[in-house]
Amino acid sequence: MTTSELDGEERAMVEEITAMLPHFEKSRGNLIPILQSIQEKHAYLSGAAMEMVAEHLSISPSEVYGVATFYNQFRFHPPGKHQFKVCLGTACHVAGGDIILENFERKLGIKDGETTPDREYSIERVACVGCCALAPVAVIDDTVEGHIQPSRVEGIFVQFQVEREREEREKAERESGE
Amino acid sequence: MSRVDVKRHFAPIQRKAAQRTEERKTDSIPTISIVMSTCGLASGAAETKQAFEEALSRKSIEARIVPVGCLGHCYAEPLVIIDHPTSGFPPICYHKVSAARAQVLVGSYLENGDPVFKYVLGATEENDLIPAVMDFPRFNLEQRLVMEQCGRIDPDDIYQYVAEGGYGGLVKALGSDPEEVISEIETSGLRGRGGAGFPAGRKWRLARGGGPDEKIVICNADEGDPGAYMDRTILESNPHQLLEGLAICAYGVGADTAIIYVRAEYPLAVKTVQQAIKSAEKRSLLGSSILGTSFNLEVTVFQGSGAFVCGEETALIHSIEGKRGMPQHRPPYPVESGLWGRPTVVNNVKTLSCVPSIMTRGAEWFRSIGTEKSPGTAIFSVVGNVNHPGLVEIAMGTSLRTLIFEVCGGIPKKKSFKAVQIGGPSGGCLPESFLDTPIDFDSLTEAGAMMGSGGMVVMDENSCMVDVARYFLDFTQKESCGKCTFCRIGTRHLLDILDRITKGEGKEKDLELLETLGEDIKSGSLCGLGKTAPNPVLTSLRYFLDEYQAHVKEKRCPALKCRALTAFYIDLEKCARGCDVCVGCCPVEAIFTTTGRKKAVDQELCVKCGECMVVCPPEYDAVEKVSPPELAPIIERSPEKKETSD
Repeated sequence: MTTSELDGEERAMVEEITAMLPHFEKSRGNLIPILQSIQEKHAYLSGAAMEMVAEHLSISPSEVYGVATFYNQFRFHPPGKHQFKVCLGTACHVAGGDIILENFERKLGIKDGETTPDREYSIERVACVGCCALAPVAVIDDTVEGHIQPSRVEGIFVQFQVEREREEREKAERESGE
Repeated sequence: MSRVDVKRHFAPIQRKAAQRTEERKTDSIPTISIVMSTCGLASGAAETKQAFEEALSRKSIEARIVPVGCLGHCYAEPLVIIDHPTSGFPPICYHKVSAARAQVLVGSYLENGDPVFKYVLGATEENDLIPAVMDFPRFNLEQRLVMEQCGRIDPDDIYQYVAEGGYGGLVKALGSDPEEVISEIETSGLRGRGGAGFPAGRKWRLARGGGPDEKIVICNADEGDPGAYMDRTILESNPHQLLEGLAICAYGVGADTAIIYVRAEYPLAVKTVQQAIKSAEKRSLLGSSILGTSFNLEVTVFQGSGAFVCGEETALIHSIEGKRGMPQHRPPYPVESGLWGRPTVVNNVKTLSCVPSIMTRGAEWFRSIGTEKSPGTAIFSVVGNVNHPGLVEIAMGTSLRTLIFEVCGGIPKKKSFKAVQIGGPSGGCLPESFLDTPIDFDSLTEAGAMMGSGGMVVMDENSCMVDVARYFLDFTQKESCGKCTFCRIGTRHLLDILDRITKGEGKEKDLELLETLGEDIKSGSLCGLGKTAPNPVLTSLRYFLDEYQAHVKEKRCPALKCRALTAFYIDLEKCARGCDVCVGCCPVEAIFTTTGRKKAVDQELCVKCGECMVVCPPEYDAVEKVSPPELAPIIERSPEKKETSD
């Protein structure tokens, strides 16, 4: 990812937020709903986004930052293309959820809450996804995987790898065919 | 507004509901009900549904597919109930219905009338052909009051709820004086199901007398306990029951605004409730001039952003106001000055869901269930080492032993029971000697645990109590809002000490320190989070002191759980020559071949994930786990091997 691309991304984000903000009444009670809809659209809250919200609601940016960082839902870095959420609820903990998290971390060389430099993968720990009877559980993108074993972690990466290689091969074939 | 008028407005809705039920009964089309709540979906219910649809269309069989909410039997998901009126069999409940089984069921049962006995869990009603599910302890020891309709009706269809008597409580309430409504709830003895057990009727009365302002009712569905999910299930499976309870409460206290505070992590629950609100408003059961009366109620959904402390009512109110969710000193209580300074009632999902049946069946009926001081039922999400995990609703006063060993089928793999953790991060661990404790608010608090949100984790001999205490402290320490020093810094210190102990670096005076610090945090904190955060540590210290001592004095984890205090090794006597399953599964390549083509573990590299123990074929069973780690024999990699592998 080059700097110019990132800038473009950020610019688009600023434009969209500018268009969105007037739909929200300027009341303090709207702060969390606004932040939620920004994150829903853009997957994270950038510094610029929070400053824009502060201006809209006539409060200080530090106030917005304070609220946003208080809650677990908000993210401040762009997540990876594939997201792994490892459940560390009570049942998952008893069933060895921390070992699963460690396997993901070791495999990718990043810690929970981080994204790989190529922005392909990110890992998060979540408190409970409410599927305790299937512990240990991990959410791979949007699919919940129950009774996950350390060796399954390896399997998931192989699956993604195969898919990626297939995509690249198809892309190459298309290009050579043209 | 007289009672007759309300009834007159309600009559057309009731008629339509009855008519639709009648239509279903008279036609002979089979009905396939599929459990499609979050846990069902996680087990593959969506694939099952698709398989049913495809198989039905391929064979051109007509059948009705109804997505229903959760029955609470998570161990058997995906669950499917097939009602095939022309087959001669009663409605049958099938468990673990994968896509493949779905296809078999369509072919065998729907097409050829063979109900495929090996997939059957039981019939849903008594009959002479198939054992009924009601004969199983899991079903007949439960007493369903709040979850009665969960998994039996389509949550998106308001008429199914009305057909089961739904909104009858609201009709009755609107025909009486608000004072009478509050008295009824007071007489019923209903206590708040959020954890503390404050009498709901008294809260309502206080709010009603709270001042001239319009009141506000908030439904607390911010279920933050890692390991409890009953509020989500109720929202996903029977949202109208909650809305009816909310409306009755609002009428009683004189509120025109109601807010349902749901965790944003529950997208399906948010969607289902929003849809239910729209559907009720359309039929004048919510919104303005409800059922022709002058009573108005605007219900909105607020999505909470994930903070455990927001389960505390003042913190929750701050969060709706767009602030950091920090608790504030009470008084003033929210019933005097709550959201935007108006008198506010905050009630849990389960509390409000009890209200409609109290209104229709009466306070005396409610009092007849449960115990004298805690009438009604309790809902637990029982998880961990039990055979039949899931959601269970039982009458208050049932013993822990009945719940764990009869309703939930006991401990799997012939292991022995060690402890049960009740009440999540605010609760405590109870040992075997407490199994005969009756489940109610006061008995559990007395034992050192608490009702809390209803999370219950059953642990067998392989669970380490120190590790469990450390886990909960890790959670509360992260979730502490930081307002009170004792909670903010004290939990950090507790966690540091526990961390040390689980790593084998504990000192003898640590145990005393844990206790005094725990007591100090309890007395020095403002809200329920801080006041209860040390509970997991204090109860486990009280009941499992020997385990703490083993960690500190012998550097040994008796349950073989704490990774720093355990080691894996391969018993060369048992290891099979030439088998290398463990080598393939090891994520860090710590297993190597030693003399006689047998395998050994490189203790330097091993991360103790235990995968080799899982995969080692049972006929060899060669992988051993020991604590303290010094007990593992050290086998060095031969130097030339090391070089080649480098």
